[in-house]
Amino acid sequence: MVSARGLRKSYGDFEAVKGIDVEVGKGEAFGFLGPNGAGKSSTMRMIAAVSPLTSGSLQILGMDPALQGSQIRARLGICPQEDTLDNELSVFENLAVYGRYFGMSRRESASRTHELLDFVQLSDRAKAKVETLSGGMKRRLTVARSLVNSPDLLLLDEPTTGLDPQARHQLWDRLFRLKQQGVTLVLTTHYMDEAEQLCDRLVVMDKGVIVAGGSPAELIVEHSTREVTELRFGVGEHEAMAAKVGDLAERVEVLPDRLLLYTDDGEAAAVAVHDRGLRPISSLVRRATLEDVFLHLTGRSLVD
Amino acid sequence: MQLASRLTDYWVTRFKRVWKGTIFTSFLTPFLYLAAMGVGLGSFIDDNAGPAALGGITYLAFIGPGLLATTAMQTGIFESTYPVMGGFKWHGYYFSMAASPLTPSDIVAGHLTFIGFRIFAACGVFLAVLAGFGALESWWGALVALAVSVLVGLAHATPMVGLTSRMQSEAGFALVFRLGLMPMFLFSGAFFPITQLPSAITWLAYLTPIWHGVDLTRMLTLGSIDTATALLHFGYLLACVVAGWFYAVSGFAKRLAL
Repeated sequence: MVSARGLRKSYGDFEAVKGIDVEVGKGEAFGFLGPNGAGKSSTMRMIAAVSPLTSGSLQILGMDPALQGSQIRARLGICPQEDTLDNELSVFENLAVYGRYFGMSRRESASRTHELLDFVQLSDRAKAKVETLSGGMKRRLTVARSLVNSPDLLLLDEPTTGLDPQARHQLWDRLFRLKQQGVTLVLTTHYMDEAEQLCDRLVVMDKGVIVAGGSPAELIVEHSTREVTELRFGVGEHEAMAAKVGDLAERVEVLPDRLLLYTDDGEAAAVAVHDRGLRPISSLVRRATLEDVFLHLTGRSLVD
Repeated sequence: MQLASRLTDYWVTRFKRVWKGTIFTSFLTPFLYLAAMGVGLGSFIDDNAGPAALGGITYLAFIGPGLLATTAMQTGIFESTYPVMGGFKWHGYYFSMAASPLTPSDIVAGHLTFIGFRIFAACGVFLAVLAGFGALESWWGALVALAVSVLVGLAHATPMVGLTSRMQSEAGFALVFRLGLMPMFLFSGAFFPITQLPSAITWLAYLTPIWHGVDLTRMLTLGSIDTATALLHFGYLLACVVAGWFYAVSGFAKRLAL
C-alpha cells in the first residue's frame, strides 16, 4: 500500500524528514511513534499525496504521488492533525458535501453520511452546527469524514491528541472495528498506549529518522527488559541514589522525578533496594512499555 | 480544473446559510449611493452646469454605470479577502478539499465561480435599484452591462485571491482597502471624467482595470459604443482575469502543499 525509500522532506534549511524507508502492507495497522517534531506529520502529508517529497522515492497504492496525486487521493481517507471541519456548516452537511468532492452522487453521499454518523455515534447531532460539538465529537466527525469514500488506506495524524480518556477509548474502539473490517491504517501518535493498542507494526521516529521498528512486543523485547522498577526519592537525590543501586539492574535511567531500574525481576530489585537500607518515598514494579523503548533509544521521554 | 463542479454543493450550502442576512443591505447601499450622489449631487450639477457639461446626459445617467462597475470591483475584492483567508486559517475548508481528488486549480475555480455569482447578484440588485430611479435606457444594454460587470469584478477578484493566498495575516487587508480599493474607487472615472486630473494621474488611472470597466459599462448603458475602444477595454479586463488566475493557482498550490 505504501512503499518509501530514502524519503526526505525539507522546508528551506530545515530538514524535517531525513531519509526514511517504510513498507506498509494491505490490511496492516502501521504506526509512526515519536515526540512532537519527529517528522511524523511531514511524512504523513507526503503519504497523503498533498505535500511533494524533497527527495527519495514514494509509491502509494502502486502510484506515484507526483504524477497521480488526484487518483491516489480518491482512494485515501485522510484524518489530519487539526480538524479541518467547516464550523459554519452542520454535522450532516460537512460529510454530505465532502462525499461530493469524490464524485459521489448527492443521494449516495447522503446515505453514506447517515451510515457513518451512526458508526461514530453522532446521528443525534446531525443537524447541529460543528462549532457546538465537543473536541471528541469533532474528532469522531473528522474520522467519519475520512471514511466517506470507503478508502483503501486510512491515514490518521494524531487521532486522539487533546481528547479525554473516555473519548479516546470510544475512538479506539471505532478504529479497531475498521481494522477488523480489513481497512489498512497508517497512524502517527506520541502516545505509547495508543501505538500498543492499535498497531500491528510500528517505527519509532526521532529527529527525522527511524530509530527502530517492529511489532510493539518485539520492540520491547529487543530494547528493554521485561519489567521496570520505579523508585521515587526526594527532590535532587536521584543522581546520587542511581550510583547506589546501579548494580541491581541491567540498566538504570535517571529521570527528574524518579529512577527506573530495568530488570527481568522487578520485585526482586525492589526487595534488594530495601535490603540496602534505602527508603524510597514510593516504589512500583510494572511491565516495560514502548515508553521505555523510546527512552532507551533516544534518552528522552515521548511526552515532554 | 475539470473536477471543480464537485464543489458546487459546498458553495451552495454555504450560500444558503448567509444570503438572508445580506439581502436588505445589498439593496440599501446602492439606494443610498444613487439617492445622494445621483439625485442629490446630480441635480445640483445638472442645474448649474447643464447637460452639456456631460455630453448631453444627466449626472445620474453618468454616475449609474460608473457605480455599477465599482460595485463589481468592490464585491470582487471583498469576497477575495476574508472568505479566502478563512479557507486557509479559520475554517480550513481549502485543506479538506486538498485532501480529496480536487487539485489547487479545481479549488480556485470553485471559489472564483462562487465569487462570480456574488458579483452577478450584487450587480443585478444594483441594476434593479437603478431601474427604480428610472435611469436605465434599455433592458438589452442593462443585461450586457451585467455580464460585463462579472468580468470587471473577476478582473479584481483573481489577483486579490492570489494575493490573499500569499498573506499570512488579515492585517494586510486594511492596507489593501485604503491604498488600493479606495483610490481606485475615487479615481476610477465613476464620479467625474478622469481627464479632469493632472495628466500623470490620468495615465495612472488608465492602467487600473476599474477605469476600463467604468468606461466599458458606461458605453454599454448609454449606447454610445466605440468598437475599438470597447474591444481594448474588454481585452484588458480579460488579460487581468487570466493573469490573476495563474497568480491565484500558483499561490494556492504553494500554500496547500506544505
